[in-house]
Amino acid sequence: MGGKPQKKPFPWHIPVFLAPAVLIYTLVMILPLAETLRLSFFQRDPVSQASFYVGFANYARLFFDPFWVGPFFNALGNNLYFFVIHMLVQNPIGILIAALLSMTHLPGKKFYRTAIFLPTLLSFVVVGFVWKLMLSPLWGVSKDMMSSVGLGHLFMPFLGKEETALTTLSLISVWQFVGIPMMLIYAALLSIPDEVIEAAECDGVTGLSQFFKIKLPLILPTVGIISILTFVGNFNAFDLIYTTQGPLAGPNFSTDLLGTILYRTFYGQQTQPGDPNMGAAIATVMFFIILAGVAVYLFVIQRKLTRYEM
Amino acid sequence: MKTALRGALLAATVLAACGPAVAEDVTLTIESWRNDDLSIWQETIIPAFEAKHPGIKLVFAPVAPTQYNAALNAKLEGGTAGDLITCRPFDGSLDLYAKGYLAKLNDLPALENFSEVARSAWTTDDGSATFCVPMAAVIHGFIYNKDAFAEVGVEVPTTQAEFMDVLAKLKDEGSYVPMAMGTLDQWEAATMAYQNIGPMYWKGEEGRKALIAGTAKMTDPEWVKPLEVIAGWKPYLGDGFEAQAYADSQNLFTLGRAAIFPAGSWEISGFKRDADFELGAFPPPLPAAGDKCYISDHNDIAIGLNAASPNADAARTFLEWMGTKEFAELYSNSLPGFFSLSSHEITLDDPLANEFVSWRKSCDSTIRSAAQILSRGTPNLWSQMWGVAANVVNGTQSPADAAAEMQAGLAAWYEPQKN
Repeated sequence: MGGKPQKKPFPWHIPVFLAPAVLIYTLVMILPLAETLRLSFFQRDPVSQASFYVGFANYARLFFDPFWVGPFFNALGNNLYFFVIHMLVQNPIGILIAALLSMTHLPGKKFYRTAIFLPTLLSFVVVGFVWKLMLSPLWGVSKDMMSSVGLGHLFMPFLGKEETALTTLSLISVWQFVGIPMMLIYAALLSIPDEVIEAAECDGVTGLSQFFKIKLPLILPTVGIISILTFVGNFNAFDLIYTTQGPLAGPNFSTDLLGTILYRTFYGQQTQPGDPNMGAAIATVMFFIILAGVAVYLFVIQRKLTRYEM
Repeated sequence: MKTALRGALLAATVLAACGPAVAEDVTLTIESWRNDDLSIWQETIIPAFEAKHPGIKLVFAPVAPTQYNAALNAKLEGGTAGDLITCRPFDGSLDLYAKGYLAKLNDLPALENFSEVARSAWTTDDGSATFCVPMAAVIHGFIYNKDAFAEVGVEVPTTQAEFMDVLAKLKDEGSYVPMAMGTLDQWEAATMAYQNIGPMYWKGEEGRKALIAGTAKMTDPEWVKPLEVIAGWKPYLGDGFEAQAYADSQNLFTLGRAAIFPAGSWEISGFKRDADFELGAFPPPLPAAGDKCYISDHNDIAIGLNAASPNADAARTFLEWMGTKEFAELYSNSLPGFFSLSSHEITLDDPLANEFVSWRKSCDSTIRSAAQILSRGTPNLWSQMWGVAANVVNGTQSPADAAAEMQAGLAAWYEPQKN
């Protein structure tokens, strides 16, 4: 009676439980990001190697020096094309395969599911090398395979032509990663309750129209997540191009992505010495491009998606 | 196995340093990236030197090529680097000299045995100081399948016209791909094609120096013509050469499916191992009969003296020995395709290597045009050359446009070319 009002003790458990994640995330994500940003405001003296502050000079070069603008926007354009191919090919095919797999009476379902997902687990190096060999005009099997179905006249050195190289690489990447949208959508389709489907069937909504009117709206949020994963993955892509076409992203830079131009700038190439400061500027621009994409998704698209309680 | 080898090496070092040797024995350590050559040094070169110079012991201590620059820099900064430093060509070593890690060697009599071109890769821009003793160069030319030439009935060409004629005959006959070269990796087009035949047109050193001095431009006819020549190779390359990588070209040739391989002499040992047909070589064809002959004899490797070495006298004795005919023959014979840069007339046991090195007598040597000074800026001329040379062979860029692109890149940063 008459004691002081009990002060609520500080909720220590909250910082304690947050600490590991915050610490690790700061250490491996936020610090490197901040360091990259800092690096991009400096430049090194070629002789003494001393670092000095240059403000936005690196960015100014990137956006106004003709020797940087051309390659940079070429890479950005190629990257957009790379992304568009993924959105138009990888995700629809992923949805299609998932829809087929979720049919109740499909024989060999498990086999297809594993086989289609398997390439996702392979290393880029393996995928790049295997496809490079298959498409090789010298030793590859693709010429004979195309001839056997009457398409032999369409064969060309796909990876060596400016017109076809980027599309070919995009499709190789689609082949490798189609398993991810397939798995996510497959899981989403399985989580649609049977009652919803049964109710639709009672109302006479079956087959294709059932898929488009009932299932597709229910899995749209998953499609959104997949799109954003694809976007982030594509704008960070580098390995496949590097393993098949080398750091110069030939022919004539037609397969140059932001990742490869960053690599060439940062680490150098043959007698061209690396320029970590310019590389950091490119990396920062890449970060903001991806950030902008994700922000558009989070604040515009995701809010318009209707979520249904199931 | 590797540990055992290392252990043995360590034991050898320790023994050499404090074992049975006389107290005055000096041990010199050679820093190198040529770990492929370890056995050649241990079994051939070092015994030959030690036999002549009792009292000096040598240890060859290579690291992996990709780690060499970083490891060497760290050791030099920490003061733990060996007495003798294997020098990369051009800016890599120039940088070390500028920082004071390599000693100036102008007073070394052995340097007289090397031509100015040979020394150019390890000499300051103004020519005032030389800081490494040149060791070896690689020579460009064409390696051909002798059996294929005999079968199709063509002779080794000496002029550009004859060369195109041979290519046309090989193509008409049809059993061989006339020339094994691809453009996927781009560097084949720049190195094996443009830098291979180019010196004939830009007259070797004369043209290269004019470019550095700013009195010639990449758009001048002598620099555009070789691009036109390699553009003419397109019909004679294999099907789908646009997607053919360097290793594909090598295989295509060693499997006996192609007749001619535009080559560098470093291919010799690999080709001799893999090919089961008779190999021959011919120098780049002359633009016209009677023209003077120029070859790309590109400096690749040298050895310099660590400025902080406590055993400088002994190290100079070794560098002096590197200028002798004995070293030149030992080295060139152990590593066919890597030719000593000294002016001594040497004989090689390997006939193919001998053929390559014999061109030095009738032709003037030069180095790759973009190697010295011209690749220091952004855009990098050497990288640009890869891209445009590949475009020209692919037929997607005209030789004139390609030359204009390189000239524009050079003019963007290189003072003597700005105007």
